[in-house]
Amino acid sequence: MNSLTLDRIQFAFTITYHYLFPQLTMGLALLILILKTLALRTCDLETSRNYDDSARFWARLFAINFLLGVVTGVPMEFQFGTNWAEFSRRTGGVIGMPIAVEGIFSFFLESAFLGLFLFGEKRLSQRLHWLSAFLVFLGSWISGFFIIVTNAFMQHPVGYRILNGGLFEVVSFRDLLLNPWAWLEYAHNMCAAVVTASFFMSAVGALYLLQRRQGPYGRTFLRIGVIAGMISCTAQVFPTGDLHGKYLAKHQPAAIAAMEGLFHTEKGAGMVIVGQPNYDSETIDNPLVVNKLLSFLIYGTTSAEVEGLDHFPKDQWPSTLPLLFYSYHIMAGLGTWFGGLMALATFLLWRGRLYSSRWVLWPILLSWPLPYIATTAGWMTAEIGRQPWIVYGLVRTAQGYSPHVSASNDLFTLLGFLGMYSVLSLLWIILVYSHVQSGPLVAYRNRVLSVTA
Amino acid sequence: MGSVWFWIVALMLTTYVILDGFDLGVGAIYLWIARTEPERAQALRTIGPVWDGNEVWLVAAGGTLFFAFPLLYARAFSGFYLPLMIVLWLLILRGISIELRSHFPDPIWGRFFDGVFCFASGLLAIFLGVALGNVVRGVPIGPDGYFFLPLWTNLIPGPNPGILDWYTVLGGILALSALALHGALYLALKAEEGLEQRAIQFANRAWVATVALTTIGVPATILAKPATLSSYLRHPVAFVFPLIAASCLVVVRLTLSRDSKLPSFLASCGYLSSMFLGAAFGLYPVLLPAVGSQGSDLTVEQALSAPHTLHVGLVWWSAGCCLAVMYFSIVYWLFRGKVPVPDENKED
Repeated sequence: MNSLTLDRIQFAFTITYHYLFPQLTMGLALLILILKTLALRTCDLETSRNYDDSARFWARLFAINFLLGVVTGVPMEFQFGTNWAEFSRRTGGVIGMPIAVEGIFSFFLESAFLGLFLFGEKRLSQRLHWLSAFLVFLGSWISGFFIIVTNAFMQHPVGYRILNGGLFEVVSFRDLLLNPWAWLEYAHNMCAAVVTASFFMSAVGALYLLQRRQGPYGRTFLRIGVIAGMISCTAQVFPTGDLHGKYLAKHQPAAIAAMEGLFHTEKGAGMVIVGQPNYDSETIDNPLVVNKLLSFLIYGTTSAEVEGLDHFPKDQWPSTLPLLFYSYHIMAGLGTWFGGLMALATFLLWRGRLYSSRWVLWPILLSWPLPYIATTAGWMTAEIGRQPWIVYGLVRTAQGYSPHVSASNDLFTLLGFLGMYSVLSLLWIILVYSHVQSGPLVAYRNRVLSVTA
Repeated sequence: MGSVWFWIVALMLTTYVILDGFDLGVGAIYLWIARTEPERAQALRTIGPVWDGNEVWLVAAGGTLFFAFPLLYARAFSGFYLPLMIVLWLLILRGISIELRSHFPDPIWGRFFDGVFCFASGLLAIFLGVALGNVVRGVPIGPDGYFFLPLWTNLIPGPNPGILDWYTVLGGILALSALALHGALYLALKAEEGLEQRAIQFANRAWVATVALTTIGVPATILAKPATLSSYLRHPVAFVFPLIAASCLVVVRLTLSRDSKLPSFLASCGYLSSMFLGAAFGLYPVLLPAVGSQGSDLTVEQALSAPHTLHVGLVWWSAGCCLAVMYFSIVYWLFRGKVPVPDENKED
């Protein structure tokens, strides 16, 4: 393997692994804030305590995931320079800006108030503790925004000009921040983060109810998880997914053709639900197609013409085409499952039967890993769809990597990251499992102890 | 504009060295200073709420460097590829060992992470010094402006250097000693009882080592990089940096026997910042000096971003930094005072 391939694999691996943690913590930050708000607003002492214990329980899980997000996140910033030196040299004047803003406006906020939120409950009044939860939430959501601004520039460059020598300069910081791509991507991505956290929370709730223990907490987790899950799953498809897809079709037509496996330009194009794209014969094997659906979803009419891959020169086709096709279909397929499951759960919750419907609790429990897969697949769709460009239409990925870092040094560090992250995965499993097993009642007992002591 | 951003990045890195310096220092001496489980919990609690925020100064300085000097970011980071990756792995190990230690109630689990924490913190302190040593000594910049440094070659700071040579290793040991002193003073300030006493004893010893190494470090720098001396001689006002550093060390010693450890700790902050800023002054206007004959020094002017980018940057950077200083003041104020030895029956 050459240096470019190894640089790509290392970045893809480290960013995918890193993002397993922020997607949960950004969503959880919101859910914890909701729990803290409910605890403040509820007059009934027992219910209010239930919410407070729940918030404390989730704060501990948040802390573990936040930590792993931080330690795996620092390498991302460094790797722009270490592995993608030419990309950094040329575009650093633009993308360095949102990255620096992220550090200064959100990481400081987040890290400072997370310490207060986790360690300061006894030192702060309830309202100030709520405020620290709010600031952690704000910090993490601001952070998400600026990193998405960075990515959106790579997907859909705006507000720049290219100087002599190919260096990029910001012409309008405002345009960079108001990049429509960034806002669509941000909305879609943050909804996905809430989906991940809601499924995680409902799964823990479902587990407790299935185990017939921690009843009051199990019901709280399940209720909050299902309601947040229902709202976020809906918003994930409509409007955010729908708008994002239409914008993508307009600005990266080659990417959408490859995602849908549309080799030939068609009027009234159908949508492939399942199939395997065959790169050699330029057809889909074993296709299951819904007629005219693609034209309708993109243009709102069943007869519109959709550009196929034949419209573009082959050197502009996304380079790993089948992977792009599968990522997109996995994302969309899982999204459909999420919507269906949450709709059913919401219905049962409304009828008051959810807590005892074990046949629904089981799929809720087992579905917790699926949002991680869906989100990863979604990001793979975006990033593979952007290929062969590192800045869409302007700089090719093959022009961006570090010329003087040899393939063997790349492999050395890639193996290092694989080893290091395997250890982190083991730790995560042990800690999350033991924490969920001990449950919020431990937090409750500690509170009783500290009150009586 | 170039000098403004040079000093902004230098100041952010100085802040990083002062703040993360004490928690690295606490980590490096942790196994020897904190002996019992309650003492270890106490030591970790002194840095628990703040270490992550301290580390953000490195991330924020990195981001600022990225957008203000993209060329430096590209060349230096890819050239220092291996040591930077090692630093990243050490940062990962250190972060998880601080936080995950207390999440699982098993003594073996705790012992393991104690060891990892101490090992990673100590090595990071050394690497910080080595990194600074490399930047002061210079790197073999090639004709296209790029370079790639192996971890070591012949251990001599000549035309074909590695990351490690006698000069940079000396820098690493000096950094370890100075940060150990810094960490011990922080513990003396924040801890109580046995831990406080041992921290004071340790600070006394680390002080001697730091004085000795600093004294060796100055002539060594002139030997390894004669240009530093000429840069200082052109601007004699710069001699204020080593003077401040020396007097701060004296103040550390004189105030160490007082009840309040705050003056000693602040003097240690002063020592670290004047050493770091003094090195930065010796470099300016070069960002990365070249050794060998192939390429030339990378200067501030060459590496600087376009003017509009920098003007916009100055606006949000000032606002953002004011906010950051505010957050840090709030957090340090709320967690002010001594951290007691934890009562084992009570969980925080």
